[in-house]
Amino acid sequence: MSHWIIAPIVLPAVVAPFILMVIRYHRDLQRVFSVASVVALNLIALVLLTQTMDGTISVYELGNWPAPFGIVLVLDRLSAMMVLLTTLLALAVVLYAIGSGWDTRGRHFHALFQFQLMGILGAFLTGDAFNLFVFFEVLLIASYGLMIHGGGATRLRAGVQYVVYNLLGSTLFLFALGTLYSVTGTLNMADLAVRVAELPADDTALLRVGAVLLLLVFAIKAAVLPLHFWLPASYANAPMPVAALFAIMTKVGAYAILRMYTLVFGPDVAVTEGLIGDWLLPAALLTLAAGSIGILGARELGRLVAFSAIASMGTLLIAISLFTPQAAAAALYYTIHSTLTAALLFLVADLVLERRGGRLTPTPPMPQSGLIAALFFAGAIAMAGMPPLSGFVGKLLVMDAARANSQVWTIWAVILTTSLITIVGMARAGSILFWKSHDRSVLPPEAMTDEDDGTPVAPDLAPEPVPGLAFVPVFALLVALVVLTVLAGPVMRYTEATAAQLFAPADYIETVLKRPGS
Amino acid sequence: MSLFLIAALPFLGAVFPALLIRAGRNAAAASTGAVTLLALIGLVLHAPAVLRGETVSARLDWLPDLGLNANFHLDGLGLLFAGLILGIGLLIIAYARFYLSREDPMGQFYSYLLLFQGAMVGIVLSDNILLLLVFWELTSLSSFLLIGYWKHLPEGRQGARMALAVTGSGGLAMIGGMLILGHIVGSYDLSVILQNKDLIQASPLYAPALILILIGAFTKSAQFPFHFWLPHAMAAPTPVSAYLHSATMVKAGLFLMARMWPVLSGTELWFYLVATTGLVTMVLGAVIALFKDDLKALLAFSTVSHLGLITMLLGFGTKAAAVAAVFHIVNHATFKAALFMNAGIVDHAAHTRDIKQLGGLRHLMPLTFTLAGVAALSMAGIPPFNGFLSKEMMLEEATHAIWAGTPWLVPALAVFGALFSVAYSLRYIAHVFLGPRRHDYPTLPHDPGAGLWLPPAVLVVLVVLIGLFPNVIATPIVTAAANAVTGADVYFHPALWHGLTPALYMSVAAVLGGALLLGGHRAALGIWNNLPRPEAKAIFDAIVGAATGTSRRFSDRLHNGSLARYSAIFLVFTLAIAYYAFASGTLGPETRAPLPVTAMPVLGWICLVGSTLSVVAFHRNRLLALVLIGVTGLIVSMTFNYLSAPDLALTQISVEVVTIILLLLALNFMPQQTPRESSPGRRSRDVAISVVAGLGVGGLIYALMTRDFVLPSISEYHLANSYKGGGGNNVVNVILVDFRGFDTFGEIIVLGIAAIIIFAITEAVLGSRVRARLLNRKPWSPLAGDSHPLMMVVATRVMMPIALMVAAYIFFRGHNMPGGGFIAGLIAAIAVVMQYMASGFSWATDRQRLPYHGIIGTGVLVAAVTGMGAWFNGLPFLTSAFGYVHPPYLEKFELATAALFDLGVFLAVLGAVLLALQSLARYAWQPGIASEHPMDINPERDDATQTIEGH
Repeated sequence: MSHWIIAPIVLPAVVAPFILMVIRYHRDLQRVFSVASVVALNLIALVLLTQTMDGTISVYELGNWPAPFGIVLVLDRLSAMMVLLTTLLALAVVLYAIGSGWDTRGRHFHALFQFQLMGILGAFLTGDAFNLFVFFEVLLIASYGLMIHGGGATRLRAGVQYVVYNLLGSTLFLFALGTLYSVTGTLNMADLAVRVAELPADDTALLRVGAVLLLLVFAIKAAVLPLHFWLPASYANAPMPVAALFAIMTKVGAYAILRMYTLVFGPDVAVTEGLIGDWLLPAALLTLAAGSIGILGARELGRLVAFSAIASMGTLLIAISLFTPQAAAAALYYTIHSTLTAALLFLVADLVLERRGGRLTPTPPMPQSGLIAALFFAGAIAMAGMPPLSGFVGKLLVMDAARANSQVWTIWAVILTTSLITIVGMARAGSILFWKSHDRSVLPPEAMTDEDDGTPVAPDLAPEPVPGLAFVPVFALLVALVVLTVLAGPVMRYTEATAAQLFAPADYIETVLKRPGS
Repeated sequence: MSLFLIAALPFLGAVFPALLIRAGRNAAAASTGAVTLLALIGLVLHAPAVLRGETVSARLDWLPDLGLNANFHLDGLGLLFAGLILGIGLLIIAYARFYLSREDPMGQFYSYLLLFQGAMVGIVLSDNILLLLVFWELTSLSSFLLIGYWKHLPEGRQGARMALAVTGSGGLAMIGGMLILGHIVGSYDLSVILQNKDLIQASPLYAPALILILIGAFTKSAQFPFHFWLPHAMAAPTPVSAYLHSATMVKAGLFLMARMWPVLSGTELWFYLVATTGLVTMVLGAVIALFKDDLKALLAFSTVSHLGLITMLLGFGTKAAAVAAVFHIVNHATFKAALFMNAGIVDHAAHTRDIKQLGGLRHLMPLTFTLAGVAALSMAGIPPFNGFLSKEMMLEEATHAIWAGTPWLVPALAVFGALFSVAYSLRYIAHVFLGPRRHDYPTLPHDPGAGLWLPPAVLVVLVVLIGLFPNVIATPIVTAAANAVTGADVYFHPALWHGLTPALYMSVAAVLGGALLLGGHRAALGIWNNLPRPEAKAIFDAIVGAATGTSRRFSDRLHNGSLARYSAIFLVFTLAIAYYAFASGTLGPETRAPLPVTAMPVLGWICLVGSTLSVVAFHRNRLLALVLIGVTGLIVSMTFNYLSAPDLALTQISVEVVTIILLLLALNFMPQQTPRESSPGRRSRDVAISVVAGLGVGGLIYALMTRDFVLPSISEYHLANSYKGGGGNNVVNVILVDFRGFDTFGEIIVLGIAAIIIFAITEAVLGSRVRARLLNRKPWSPLAGDSHPLMMVVATRVMMPIALMVAAYIFFRGHNMPGGGFIAGLIAAIAVVMQYMASGFSWATDRQRLPYHGIIGTGVLVAAVTGMGAWFNGLPFLTSAFGYVHPPYLEKFELATAALFDLGVFLAVLGAVLLALQSLARYAWQPGIASEHPMDINPERDDATQTIEGH
């Protein structure tokens, strides 16, 4: 019996209470255990990934109860990839949080961080719809705790909106699950797939409601217009390292859509025909548009990056909403890119915020301005989908995959136009942040430099030197983007195999339900 | 040298200047030059083969599924361009070393320059159009950095952003075009695409592909109406202008048109789009250039004009015109780069580029004057310089072009453009260098050191040599390049004397006319200044400003921060989509008969609806609303009980108690009334949405309840296996701790997290300025005189052991009868909460020795460790084991690991509730509130009466 599959859930679930119980007053010990846990998670994720390389699907029956009666965890290519992506991101974020000192600005950062990881990893691994709900709850409540980490009136207010809106989503999740269970009598995803396919054609209305409600739940998590309203304020006001971790949270929604609507309500399922693609594609296009418009109109750096996260979710969901293997492979590549890029930009935003505040108005130059400018430039390039970073490759892949769709011209036009808006918006922000600060004529009088010694005078923004450790994870993310670009070929081979596995769910179903292979 | 290495060298080398600048500016410049030289040598080594007509290639799969591969090839056209890029690059590097001042960060400059150089070399060597796009956009990005290099200058910043916006948008259009092109051909490899002329031109997608690609080329090469960014890019340091914005980057668009010439040209659409654009650009640029007083602006518009000229030649679509285009690319690169460097020298020496402040420099700067004279005469097309040769060829080709049936139009306009070209070229000489020496130069100019004049001198020598011996110097490479462009063997044999051809007459006319026009410059300027001219920058700024403003307003208005509105949108959208899903399916018949309606449920229903409506009616009074919510909760619990779900009922009722207590604590800090915030219209809208949502949910639930499972439910299995496999008769509890124990594991964690978040918020709030407000808080209403009443204290003390016993009882019976760890935890929590309520927070906390964090942690750990225990039996996480023991003198009883798991649940729930309560209670702490006594009035105590008086 291999217990590797559950390790990503149990490890943080044990480390977090341990931190809480034993070392809650010891900052350094918390850091050591938190980082050690994340490193171990990365190793576990690598092991899991190698297990799926040959297309194997592994099932872990919790409590030794067979599916569909107990809960199962399922490891396939998709979940292994998402787990590894999460743990990599987590490593960068936890190092940054320590390096920047963010983890000490409130209580229980590391415990909440571990719980958050547990929730996210559990959501990627579970094969049970209700268990998915539980993990959504875990990640929601933990993310709320992280979001308001450090306190402050604005942040707490944004936190209330975040948690209330997402609780609406949770309620909807329960409605959806209740509906699906009352119709099909099961909660296991593989079993759902079997039963949905067997459903009589003259009794579809309720199941369709359940299916679409579920999609809406995931759409909230994925920040699809018009269900994205929770995102801008909460990401912009969250501690930036936390927002960087949240780059994976929207992907949980995208993951769930991809999982449920290939496995259970796949494109070939007659019962739910015409439910998903019809509105998801326009909504995704609008999401992309609203995101890029938000970038151009942003007055504040955190908000700009938050909108760029929305925009990249739009691109990702365009690919997902096409529901073809090629598009899914592109979407998965874009998922990796979008997660790393959003995280990179949020961390860069934090470097800026710590030194000069986030307002997009000229201020005197900040310390280490050149280095941060270079990082922002790289992040902006990746986000706008300019070469040579992975955003360009991802964008091409998505556009290429859209070719077979009847809406191809609209999709291309929207993607290209929003790219332009993003470029203009990012260039504007970068120019204000990093160039205008050198122009004495545009600075407000009180921000001028001291005549005597030439040091910048900024009463409220005393630059706080951040030790070098904070830069390490930021550069690591950039390196990851470069690697993702250079190794686009091998990565795409993996995502294509993943997409193929997703669109041939028979294997998954047989493995989970232990039915003999056809 | 491998083509990979040639393309990669500048990128790799970009690191050196950035680092070596610490070793001095010479080190940075030398390393940059060495990298470029190395790449140039690598290129030259391939030259013999390419000139023989071979194509060198290097291929590497990058993303084969997409068709994006690192395929490079080197043919005549590539060799010509790469040679220009690297060769002129070397000169620029040397020039920049002496041009930039001590304050300028030179390491950065050279790094950017090398990045740009790499991107350019990449474009011209790409054998894959997607790869070409990568490098294409890279040139936009590196040029953005170079234009904005002087970041303290607003012109630099704005010019950089404008250039990025224009060329970037062109690049995006080109992405679309290239994807279409690849779609038509089925490959993104240039070598394949170039073989498929008929396929491409027959495709219905030819026109959109062509237009999109041309937008990319036109924006890059500053063709009308996208030309306006180029003059503003002149805010860059002069070496950048000379390199990017005259010799290389702006030629990328021309390169692309030349590259695609074999497959895209030859159609009417191509002719009218390309030739017309080129013609208009040529004339317009030349006219504007004459009236610019800034030397660099003059040269910028002249560059626009010459780019237009070459575009027009490519647009003619004939082989001879294409050859002329290639030749002029070379010639323009030589004289224009020399002129830009020359303008930089003047600027450097005189500290102004304004022609009005210059004149007579020939006396002070003879060397500079000589170089400028030769280059400018070449630009004017005066023999024996190279500009004359290609301009003659251009005029010759113009005579063959028939535009919309009018044979005279193109030649006439070509002469008109050439005339202005002569005029501004001569003006560059006459108004800057000729004339009397002035006495009001900003600083007294003098000839520069060799570092500044030698690089342009090299180019000027080329200008002369190509002019005199074109067949020795230019023919081999131009022929090779033109062969590559046209895909056929071309005949190229330029000569200064062609005989008395029409082109010669046109040329003479242009020169004479230009000279005359310069003579009347003052008058012409008067006319020009009175002409209405759209100011491109103002328009561009207005567009960008409007776009930014609109985006800001749109975005701010859409995300206005109103949770009520966000929720309303959420509900409406959800309802619409759900209704669509419902309406587009078919609803099966009802399969379950409703139960008969009896008095009891009707009563419950009335109470439920009544209490809910009352909450709506009285929601402004917070306390009353809370009480009514409590009523609702109680009825729900009773409903569970009535419907034979005792576990749920027990859970619900304990949850109700705990949450109401917590909410009561929170209410302490809020006004008793909620403010009126929304207008009547808003309220009626909200009412409508809520009613529809409620009806929708109700309808859904009704539909579900009146139907059986369509397929048999998994719950049959749970009922059948509860005792056999789970060791318990209470199937609800067995589901919670065994069948779906993993869910429970997650949920206790949720509860624990919620509690520590409440704790963390409390810490944050009490650590902030809010603490002072809390300390000085006056209660909303007078406090009870007796906050810790005797009766209550005594009663709760008595209740405590009983409540704990009940909790233990509930816990232990859980596996077989209604109960379990969750409910037991809540009951135990209530037992403790009662003590807090009776004797106050401080008194109770002092007597509480176990940290609640620890209890939560223990709970989760106990549950987790119980789950992990199964691993040692080789079973999955949370696999339960149970057995029966028969101790002497006692009934047999069951030992189950599930009970241990349930203990974890118990502890987590207990700790979570108490931590939440303790945290909330801390807000109320005020100095002097703590009492050392459990109750305020204690008849046994001596100070009893004093305490009352002291209150």
